[in-house]
Amino acid sequence: MKITKKIVETKGTERLKRGFTKMQKGGVIMDVINAEQAKIAERAGAVAVMALERVPADIRAAGGVARMADPQKVVEIMETVTIPVMAKCRIGHFAEAQVLEALGVDMVDESEVLTPADEESHIDKKKFVVPFVCGARNLGEALRRIQEGAAMLRTKGEPGTGNIVEAVRHMKLVTREISALKKMSESQLRKKAKEYRVGFKLVKETKKLGRLPVVNFAAGGIATPADAALMMLMGADGIFVGSGIFKSASPEKYAKAIVEATLHYDNPKLVAEVSKGLGQAMPGLDIKKLPKDQLMQIRST
Amino acid sequence: MKKLKIGVLALQGAVSEHIEALERTMKKLGLKGKVLAVRKTEDLNEISGLVIPGGESTTINRLMLETKISEKIIELAGQGLPILATCAGAILLAKEGDEQIKKTGTILLGLLEMKILRNAFGRQVNSFETEIKIPELGKRPFRAVFIRAPAVEKVWGETKVWAKYKNKIIGAKKGNVLALTFHPELTSDLRIHEYFIKMAVDFPR
Repeated sequence: MKITKKIVETKGTERLKRGFTKMQKGGVIMDVINAEQAKIAERAGAVAVMALERVPADIRAAGGVARMADPQKVVEIMETVTIPVMAKCRIGHFAEAQVLEALGVDMVDESEVLTPADEESHIDKKKFVVPFVCGARNLGEALRRIQEGAAMLRTKGEPGTGNIVEAVRHMKLVTREISALKKMSESQLRKKAKEYRVGFKLVKETKKLGRLPVVNFAAGGIATPADAALMMLMGADGIFVGSGIFKSASPEKYAKAIVEATLHYDNPKLVAEVSKGLGQAMPGLDIKKLPKDQLMQIRST
Repeated sequence: MKKLKIGVLALQGAVSEHIEALERTMKKLGLKGKVLAVRKTEDLNEISGLVIPGGESTTINRLMLETKISEKIIELAGQGLPILATCAGAILLAKEGDEQIKKTGTILLGLLEMKILRNAFGRQVNSFETEIKIPELGKRPFRAVFIRAPAVEKVWGETKVWAKYKNKIIGAKKGNVLALTFHPELTSDLRIHEYFIKMAVDFPR
């Protein structure tokens, strides 16, 4: 009898999820609300688009409950572009995440931009085949999300404000906290793991790597090419732009310029070149003047 | 012994993974040298081998044209510079593309006589890893990681099939240029990087 070894194909592994996010590095992921915007993003050189009902600035203005986008819209966007399509679900809303996975989106953003569905816990992301990205303000949040199965992280920043200050704060804090880990003894690391409510192994791995164990993008308030360059210089692996493109005076120009500034972030002359004559950036908000209950970043930690 | 310099095209994508794999391989082979991130045309001048990594082919292509780096790559490939391209990189080396590639206005470098199909295995939820056999690497199977991977529909001319999975071509080679639709940089198996570095060692600089 001839024995033929069955070929086994494995899907949804940690390597495949994290591998996908590694392919996004150095790129710009753009929020879009319809197929037409998605096309503009793809043509400008976006590595992926994020499909949502409204950009964060409009979500902020509208108030009320913000939910997952209409699946019809998501499908239209998926059919229009060839680059990966991501979509947001509410924090803890694993049924929305299941719907997005069933639609075949390439990544789910469990996002504080939408109104949280569960204020106690996030989605158990390890149960999914589709990879997840989550926001984090500090190392504790970041490691908790990784422990839950996030394949990628991003700063939370303060979405829809066109104000980079919070993204900068979050990026600096994570970097500082990782530097602190590097000086810690085994017993101090154990204490940190307890404080962060994560496994000791993950804290130890982070110390060893000297960086987050998954790809980490900047998000929340990026409005100009120089904003993108700033976040790359601070160590971001790539950039999410929410309202910054389609709330600007000329989305095509902004989209292209932010893509190029993300590549040439350490070449100020080129960043200057691509920043010329773009027209009005998106309107900005002073975060200190926002009422506390309108801050998105403090939703669910 | 002269120092070996290998470049990794660093416009977008899985750049650091290739750099690390190449550094580990050099160490393993006891070779002195370094791996550079190539972002400008001038960076190509001193290298003995170039890796074009995975990422988004539409993005890398746009940035390649913008920086005019593609012309120099074609020129050096003609002079025999060893090139290893993975996933999105493999797409860019092809002579012919499918509808998706035409629709996005991607301008292919045309270094390999092959027709490539983008996202041939489906979207991310269909990404998979499996064991494949590659004749050039011997009997031990290679763990191949396919992420929204392309596949080669056909090869012609001097371009030969280098690796196959089921009925799909997943690796093609013509002389000094090797294209793979999977990601050897995402596993700890260094045999493909070793194979490539051995090609680079022979390239006169």
